[in-house]
Formats: sequence, C-alpha cells, structure tokens
Amino acid sequence: MRADLLKNSLFTIIRREMTRIFRLWSQTLLPPVITQSLHFLIFGGFIGSRVGLVDGVPYIAFIVPGLVMMTVIQNSFMNVVSSFFLAKFQRSIEELIVSPTPDWAMMVGYVFGGIVRGAVSGVLVFAVCAVFAHPTIRHPFAILLFLFLAATLFSLAGFLNGIFAKTFDDISIFSTFVLVPLTYLGGVFYSLNQLPAFWQNVSRLNPILYMVDGFRYGFFGVASVPVWWSAVVLALIAFAITLVNLALLRRGVGMKQ
Amino acid sequence: MEALRIEGVRKTYAGGVEALKGVDLSIAEGDFFALLGANGAGKTTLINITVGLVTKTGGKVTVFGVDQDADPDTTKLSIGIVPQEFNFNIFETPRVIVMTQGGFYGMDRRDAAARADELLHALGLWEKKDVQAIKLSGGMKRRLMIARALVHRPRLLILDEPTAGVDVELRRGMWEYLRTLNAAGTTILLTTHYLEEVEQLCKNMTIVQRGAVVKSGSVQALLAEASDRRYRVMLAEAPTDAQVHTLRAESDDGTTVTVALAPDELFETVFARCHEAGVHVRDVVPAQNRVEELYLSTIQ
Repeated sequence: MRADLLKNSLFTIIRREMTRIFRLWSQTLLPPVITQSLHFLIFGGFIGSRVGLVDGVPYIAFIVPGLVMMTVIQNSFMNVVSSFFLAKFQRSIEELIVSPTPDWAMMVGYVFGGIVRGAVSGVLVFAVCAVFAHPTIRHPFAILLFLFLAATLFSLAGFLNGIFAKTFDDISIFSTFVLVPLTYLGGVFYSLNQLPAFWQNVSRLNPILYMVDGFRYGFFGVASVPVWWSAVVLALIAFAITLVNLALLRRGVGMKQ
Repeated sequence: MEALRIEGVRKTYAGGVEALKGVDLSIAEGDFFALLGANGAGKTTLINITVGLVTKTGGKVTVFGVDQDADPDTTKLSIGIVPQEFNFNIFETPRVIVMTQGGFYGMDRRDAAARADELLHALGLWEKKDVQAIKLSGGMKRRLMIARALVHRPRLLILDEPTAGVDVELRRGMWEYLRTLNAAGTTILLTTHYLEEVEQLCKNMTIVQRGAVVKSGSVQALLAEASDRRYRVMLAEAPTDAQVHTLRAESDDGTTVTVALAPDELFETVFARCHEAGVHVRDVVPAQNRVEELYLSTIQ
C-alpha cells in the first residue's frame, strides 16, 4: 500500500477507536476510576493507616502506583480484546480485510486504542489518588516508560486474545483466570521484599511484577528489581507477542477461512 | 480486457469439505455477469476468495490483469464487495460507515466525506445519514452496503444476493441504479436467487453446482437453449372446446390457455393459431421464467 494511502488507513482505524473510547466514556473511562478509588479508600485509607511504612513509604502512597498500573493493564487489555472481538462478531472486521490495509496496520490501530484508553484511565485514577495520598514523582521518565510498556504489552495481549476468541466467554476467560490473579500477585498491594525468598523467586516469573516495580520506582526511587532489567523484560515480551500476532494475522487465524 | 479471471480455483475447508473443485471463470470488463447456483454450490466461497476473505487451496485469481497473489493491494483497490449478510458496525451511522470504509482504502477524510454524501444521496439514504445503522430497515441496510462498496470507486462491483429480502419497488430502484453503474463502465458480478433479475440485468452468466461450473455463456444464448417454449395466452373471452383444440393448447382456467411451440416454430405461430381459432388476445407471457427453466434443467 502506498505511504499516503497507508497513513489515511491507519488514521481511520485510530480515529474509530478514539471515537469509541470517548463516546462510551461512561463504560470505558468511568468504571476504572470508581473501582480503583474504592480500592484506594479501603486498602489505602482504612487498612493502610494500620500498616505503616512499606519500603520507607506510607502504605496509602505505596499502593498508588500499583493501582494506577492495575488500571492501565486491565483497560488496555479489555479495550483491544473487546473492540477487536466485537468487530469479528459483527463481521465488520471484513471491512478491513477486503481493503488493502496491511495486517500490521490493523494491529497497530487497535493497539494504539488500547494504549490510549489504558493511559487515560491511569491518569484519571492517579488524579483521584493524588488528591489524598500526595505521592512524590522522582523519575518521570521511568513513569512514562513503564506506563507505555505496560499499556503496549497488554494491548498486544488483548489483540492476541481477540484473534483466538470465538465467543464472548473467550474474551473473559484470560482476563478472569490469568490477568486478574497475576495483577493481584504482581505487587500492587505489597512489596516483593515483604515475601519469603521462595515466593520472591516465584513472583519474578510474573511480568506484572516488573511493570509495577518499575512504575513504582518512578514515584519513590526504590525498586525490588533493577529498573533496566524490568524494562528489558517487558520490551522483550511485547516484541514476542507482536511477532506472534503478525504471524497469526498473516495466516488469517481467527479471521479467514 | 478481462475484469476477472479465475483459473482452476479450488477450496477445501478444514474438515475436508470440498467447496470448489477447480472453477474457471472469465468476466469481461464492462460485463454484467450472473453467478447462479443453489445454496451451498460454492458461489459465496468463490466471491470470498476473490475479495480475500477466504484463502484458496489452489488456482489463480486475476483482477484486471493483476495476479491476486502477486499484488493483492492493487486487486483489492479494484474491487467493491456487497456481501450476503450485513457486516457493518450496527452502532455507527451510515455516513460514518461509508466514510470509514473509504479511509480503509486510503481515501483522504475530506474526499471520503464528499463521496459518502454523494452515495448516500444517490441511494436514497441521505435522510438517515446520522441514524444508527441498527435502526435502518432491511432495504436501507442493503443500500448502505452498496454505498459502502462503491466509496472507493471500484472498477469491479461484486454483489452477493443484494436484493434478498428487499421489496419489489425498492428492488426495481436498485436495478436501475446498478444498470446506470454498469452503463458508466463498472463491471458487475451478481449472485441472486431471483432469476428474473438475471434476465433483466445480466449479459453473461455461469451456473455452478457442487463446486464446479456446469454451464456458462451469454444469457441470451443460454436462454435460446432452454427447451421450454410454452406461453400463457390470455384471451378476451373464455374459449370453447373447439377453439382450444384449434389453438392446440391446454385450457388453464377461464380465459387463459397454454400454447406449446415446437423448437422450429416461430413465435408468431401463437398469433396465427389465435387468428385461426377466432379468439381475441389480451396478453401473452412465457409460461415459466426462462432463466428459471434453464437453471432447473441445468442443475437437475
């Protein structure tokens, strides 16, 4: 596809995703703010006041990066998987398949939508939490880097789930049985240093740990895992999922007979 | 130049169902071509292979001289598809649906908007341009899919049962629009179960059965082959038995009789017999749709 045509095609996919996210704000942006505000009030406010300091940070402030990251992860993932699967379910994805839009542009368009929804939801949750917890910001670049890596990785994972999904049940199975447990066990509400050595090693297999840890480093300047290592691990996982997605799209898996 | 050339195209679905068994097809540029066949004959599979929705098992598809496998982008830009089933986002409006499709084909947003407005006017959807597609009637949804297929000005328009479920008045309107498009140079490939549509619109046709082409040629030439030459003659008054005998006809009911002609008899023989029998003719129509007769005789 010629570059000028490709640009128009890619912008069209992105514009459609943006329109969907902001038109349906009460379904896409508001729910995470309410859910995470409740998490913040209950765990940070009521329980946190009895916990004291974690890694030298008041617990109410300690959980803010984790809650923001949890929001980013879940919303990036769900945005892509639901939007892409709905397009498959309604068969409107055929509009793209019959056009000269390349497979990678299709993936980039959907993933961009996931990144935007994840980032906007995360910023909204942070804004609510910041009113009460006043978290510091030590390394803004690290915050942006890990926000971007997490949103990208889980948008790509959502796309992968969308490729294989055949029913609405299929889009919630991964979220319920993999994403949510990994998120809660990824250090959102605790520090890796608080775990026994064995569970620390087990936790290192969870990619969400690296996201939360690196993101938290941006706020408080302390990390359980070297920050550069977290960034490399996440970038490699995102790259691997990208290759898998492209290979599946090339073979027409889940879309062509 | 050939708008579409299909050579030895085969498709075996996962599970072993052989949908196409080496189909050959050629459609000239500017043609209005009918693809006929029973449900499950392989028509939609053939169309979906042509537009890239189904991966073929073997064979070659060439669109305006360009091999689909060598340059899929160019072939896709040449084709517009109106599928059998509604496949747009039902929560979007017709204007957005058509504009978005233009964008997918690389059209600039301003051009896509202007083209969408032009098509929505032409297809009588302008009043509904900002209504969610889910709220449109069946006929409007069909016309919306035609508008969407035409947004990038394709040279080949493929319509898979475009008038299914559309009322007679609307269908006639769509026929007129398709005729105008064809006259302006757009090649049209049509599948339909309304066989009068083929007789009214198409120049050439192919009949497929169980994944293979069983008959192909110009509509007129194939109709000439049709064995049925029976005509329903509507008379001014009910004929007597003697008049029916003179007409060499079968009496249907009241004032209508059916006259059968031998292959070598001219059509005017019908009137000659009526004159001989002393009856007055109100109207003469084929006893059966000729394409229908041809179709049934071919697939049986």
